[in-house]
Amino acid sequence: MAEESAFDPIHQFVIKPIFNLHFFGVDASFTNASLFMVIVASAVAALMLLGTSRRALIPGRVQTLAEMAYEFVNSTLHMADLHDGRRFFPFVFTLFLFVLLCNVIGLIPYSFTVTSQIAVTGALALLVIGIVVVYGFIHNGTRFLRLFVPSGVPAALLPFIVPIEVISFLSRPVSLSVRLFANMLAGHITLNVMGGFVIALLSAGFFAIIAPLPFLMAIVLTAFELLVAVLQAYVFAILTCVYLRDALHPGH
Amino acid sequence: MEPAAARLIGAGLAAIGTGAAAIGVGIIFGQFLLGALRNPTASDGQFGRVFIGVALAEGLGIFALLIAILLLFVVKG
Repeated sequence: MAEESAFDPIHQFVIKPIFNLHFFGVDASFTNASLFMVIVASAVAALMLLGTSRRALIPGRVQTLAEMAYEFVNSTLHMADLHDGRRFFPFVFTLFLFVLLCNVIGLIPYSFTVTSQIAVTGALALLVIGIVVVYGFIHNGTRFLRLFVPSGVPAALLPFIVPIEVISFLSRPVSLSVRLFANMLAGHITLNVMGGFVIALLSAGFFAIIAPLPFLMAIVLTAFELLVAVLQAYVFAILTCVYLRDALHPGH
Repeated sequence: MEPAAARLIGAGLAAIGTGAAAIGVGIIFGQFLLGALRNPTASDGQFGRVFIGVALAEGLGIFALLIAILLLFVVKG
């Protein structure tokens, strides 16, 4: 905005360093984003380690959570027809739990949403596409390029179809990262703006009587944001499975 | 026209694209329900694919919202 408004919804996304570390001109400070990534990673590790420590036949609560997470990612791989890609199960499992906990922990007030930074989601998407390309070439050799030639296309149309397929493949990391990033960013900005409305109405004298309305809207939006957080993590995981299946079986 | 006014008008126009995302998501769920009411036993197996389609359609609409947010809060001047 041209003028400095009373509330600034972008301020919650600013990265603040906690410990300053500079190596050879590279800023490698430990920031609030790093702190929350450490929190998420330790939460995932604690869930899985505590959940599998007892190995009881009738599971307790934490073991049930760990088993539910395993079963959910298992069904995701089956949904994407990735039956002979079982070696990717740990990767998809880690990715899914990391994105899920980053999204959900970001809903706690005064915390920081790691996946609302395009750098983080871009790195995750580039990792996925990098694994797809590298594994595709290792597993299939140059037959991997058959991915860009759909079956049953007459030869006259190929000079048009192949560039379109290449462009749509190159847009996969972009859409994967921007989908997660924009969903998280938009949700948190909306919540912040709703909170700003509550404050603005409360300090406007007579209009304080309708201040509960944006407060109720903020409650409804938080519930919606919880749904979006889980759904976006699931979509990230299942699109990873679909792209990995393309690496294993190129050609439609 | 002042740059600030042009930015705000542009952000408003860009946000119209999110309506297109809503239409797309509605079409996907509507078609799923049409098929599910004809073949209820087969619908449970396809329910996961519905969410893939919803996320892909909504993702493209979110790009429009992203342009609006960029114009409002990130572009200075």
